[in-house]
Amino acid sequence: MRHAVGMTPAGWLCVIKQKEVRAPLDARSQTFRSIKMEEVDVEPTITNIPAISDGKHMGFAWGPGDILVYETLYKASGASGSGCSFIHEIRKDEDIYSPILRKLFNESHHIFVGLQTIREELPSKSKKPQFVSISKNYRSVIRACMEELQQVAVSTRNVELATQCGNQVSILLAIELIWNLCEVLFIDAAPAGSLLLHLLDWVRLHKADVDERAREVLQSESPAEHHDYWDVVVSYVLQGRLEEVRQMLVKQGTLQPAARSMYKQMDTLLSKMPFYNPGGTQTLTEFDVKWRHWHEEVDRCLQDNSFASNRHLEVICKILLGDEDTLLDHKELLGTWYHFLVTRLLFCHPTVKPTELHYYAQSCMTMFLDSRSVSEPLDNILLAAFEFDIHQVIKECSIALNNWWFVAHLTDLLDHCKLLQSHNLHFGSNLREFLLLEYASGLFTHHSLWQLAVDYFDHCPEFGRVYLELQIERVPLETERKALKVLRICEQRQMSEQVRSICKIMAMRALRNNRLGSALSWSIRAKDAAFATLISERFLQDYCAKGTFSDLDLIDNLGPAMLLSDRLTFLGKYREFHKLYGEKRFREAAKLLLSLMTAKIAPQSFWMTLLTDALPLLEQKEVIFTADQTYELMFCLEELTSSLNITASSTDRPMQEEDVEVTKVELLRLALARNLAQAIVKEGTVET
Amino acid sequence: MNVFFPTDNRISIWSIGSNLSTGMEDGFEGDPQLLCEHKHDGDVLDLQFLDQDRIVTASSTGAVTIFRHHQNSQTISVSQLWARAHCYPCDNAPCTGVVCSSPEIVTVGEDGRIIVFRADQEGVVRVIENADSSTIHAVTYLRTTEILTVNSIGQLKLWDFRQQSNSPSQILSLSGDRVPLHCVDRHPNQQHIVATGGQDGMLCVWDVRQGNTPFSLMEAHTAEMWEVHFHPTNPDHLFTCSEDGSLLHWETSSHSDMPSFLQGGRNSSMVSRSAMAPAGGNQSLISAWLSGDSSKGRLETTHMLPSQTLSVNSLDVLGPCLVCGTDGEAIFVNRQVPV
Repeated sequence: MRHAVGMTPAGWLCVIKQKEVRAPLDARSQTFRSIKMEEVDVEPTITNIPAISDGKHMGFAWGPGDILVYETLYKASGASGSGCSFIHEIRKDEDIYSPILRKLFNESHHIFVGLQTIREELPSKSKKPQFVSISKNYRSVIRACMEELQQVAVSTRNVELATQCGNQVSILLAIELIWNLCEVLFIDAAPAGSLLLHLLDWVRLHKADVDERAREVLQSESPAEHHDYWDVVVSYVLQGRLEEVRQMLVKQGTLQPAARSMYKQMDTLLSKMPFYNPGGTQTLTEFDVKWRHWHEEVDRCLQDNSFASNRHLEVICKILLGDEDTLLDHKELLGTWYHFLVTRLLFCHPTVKPTELHYYAQSCMTMFLDSRSVSEPLDNILLAAFEFDIHQVIKECSIALNNWWFVAHLTDLLDHCKLLQSHNLHFGSNLREFLLLEYASGLFTHHSLWQLAVDYFDHCPEFGRVYLELQIERVPLETERKALKVLRICEQRQMSEQVRSICKIMAMRALRNNRLGSALSWSIRAKDAAFATLISERFLQDYCAKGTFSDLDLIDNLGPAMLLSDRLTFLGKYREFHKLYGEKRFREAAKLLLSLMTAKIAPQSFWMTLLTDALPLLEQKEVIFTADQTYELMFCLEELTSSLNITASSTDRPMQEEDVEVTKVELLRLALARNLAQAIVKEGTVET
Repeated sequence: MNVFFPTDNRISIWSIGSNLSTGMEDGFEGDPQLLCEHKHDGDVLDLQFLDQDRIVTASSTGAVTIFRHHQNSQTISVSQLWARAHCYPCDNAPCTGVVCSSPEIVTVGEDGRIIVFRADQEGVVRVIENADSSTIHAVTYLRTTEILTVNSIGQLKLWDFRQQSNSPSQILSLSGDRVPLHCVDRHPNQQHIVATGGQDGMLCVWDVRQGNTPFSLMEAHTAEMWEVHFHPTNPDHLFTCSEDGSLLHWETSSHSDMPSFLQGGRNSSMVSRSAMAPAGGNQSLISAWLSGDSSKGRLETTHMLPSQTLSVNSLDVLGPCLVCGTDGEAIFVNRQVPV
């Protein structure tokens, strides 16, 4: 159900929701393949891009949760004019950016994660109550959000915000209504008998305005004379809330002493109406017999005109008999066809089986809706639910709703209940994963909700990992803290390529800002030898230029990390040499210096610097380099100068610089010769 | 008691009810209430009370801001702003930590700078450039003139502001592994005892008077420890929170040599505890944290959050009140912490 985008030359963008897209969109390149127009379920909605005027052409690019649209420079013959320099971002799932709905996303994430941990191997019988309670948790989160939105809508002075909140409330109301019905029919899967009780609860919960009106009536001075009195009574009857009806009728009965016996009779009828008790010992057949008995009694009362003198009581009596015409006379009070359905079932078929529902639903809908009025998306969704066509419910919801939250979570729950097994898609892996991926991709574009998406991807076995890999690299890293969070996510999932890439981004940024220490830390974390070498070079260049090391705290504490790259090892060791020298541990310093060259740890370009560093050691009063060491130093110098001569002849180096080099070499040779002489003398002396 | 929490680039002031009435019955006083909020540029990486009605925030844009909470009108306004206090020549450098001791404010950042401000002065009092070659993650006061910083290569640095030099007076470090440290807190009474938390989730207790390595290392969390706090009045209790989604309550039982398993259940040990040491268990000269040895069961840890999913980024504790904020965009308030 990925949206497809078609461009029209008139500055219009069509977002088409499809039944299915045959070829899966290649996630890697986000390219757009083919749409088969005959598969389109509904007319595409058209989004007008205001800044792009008529007659202009547009190009677009897919993003993870949005589309970028720009004006192209295509010119029809004769047309002229400059192109528009704006890029437009078009977002499908706006709800993600609603501050109040963010609570919905956060809370439901928690429930989602809990649901995934329910163990597969448990027998389905013990899992069912868990699934029902999870479904209830989802619904209570929706309700909480709805209440908050309602409060904002009422309290705000901002008209636009109020309308927006109002719209969201009505969407959430519909979502909750559908979810609740799905819970009753699919998840709880109540058998005949209990089914009706659940449906009654469902209608009562979503037609709560009765209670409000009742409160108004009861709080008035004389409730029985209130103009809404009978409406409230009838509404209660329609919802099967007979206790409330009796309490209300008592008030009227006391006002009309003459009609007392009539009220008394109605009261008896109401009190005797049997309701199925699923926890009790009574079987469904016993209940049915009892109910038929009661039904006949009501019918008798109507036939012998017991209530003929009171219009209202007669209406109630007819309703109790489930008289269709009477029920349809109260369309206003019923409000919806599904209320009509449940009321009709209550008074005509209280032992309705799940499999018979669709028949009654269809007929109630036809009866209730005028032939002229068109059924709305919500009606179709509910009808599909009554028909137990889960896929149709999900499909219709995907088309009608403006967010993926609902379908993704509901489908996931139904999948856990093993209700979706038979269905396979021509693309992707399965419906559940497909919808979860869509929802999570939307979340990932949000600056704060992206972390939630990670858990959703984790629970998509087939493509979740690929999606995560692609998305995680694109999270903007404003701070190191955020980078660390992203890294932790990658490291926990052994996504080593992404770890390297993120560390590299951070290292490059540090390098750009001349923070060599940070850059080195990041490349050490990524175990990126090449980059560590690059940064070590920078450190050495800095040293050559300034004569001092920067970031000593870091270089002195490299530890085992030093072994990451040869150049880094050299940097660490070279710094160690300076430390030893500073501590006047000359012999050790000299030995280290020599080993840097002989073990080829130092790059040859740096040998001259090292030899120059040896100068002050050679000039010490005390002999530090032994004769053997001096020979080795001389060998190093010769090796260096011979290679330098080759290069010097090929390049035009300024005379002055060459002079300095020559003097340096001369100085070194002199110092080495003198040191050698002293060393030979000294070593000879010691031996004798 | 008011709690401050930034959400979606806003700084918000919440009232969670007075803490005087807690301890009575179930201690439930309804939901926290939002008093007022103000826009905040960038992510809030740290925040601190300067005094009764001023708060200092550290922003990912590198800005340091003082907000003033007007309690009469329940509004909040910017009282002072140092934009780009931490910065690179052509880029933002997030300010990662702030600590204040009115009127002085010390901030640290990814740019490795330590900056000292005074709330009553517009300019900057002192800057230590290149105080660290890596990112400084947190800062706290050791004494009035000394601060402690922790960095991303596992070092704890002590800075003495009486000295003019721009180098630390002492560097303590974890041996070898260079595990980044993310948070630091000082024992409220015994100032030489310092606790830090690092990337591997380990809790380190340091004695800054002796040694350059931590006194003890304790395995705590399985991911980055974002914050560590000693209880301000009962420092035998310590709280840590982490990226792994847990909030831990640590308790050393210094008051008794009796192993904790002989003291019965948790609650009864709490009762006996308050009966035995009414003035608090931190009277002994040798701190429990330095004599503490987790293997002997003298250190107890308790998980404070029911389920662990998303990172717990920040926490604070005062009296019996514990507050924390998570990546699930939720604030948890526990009004009855057993301390």
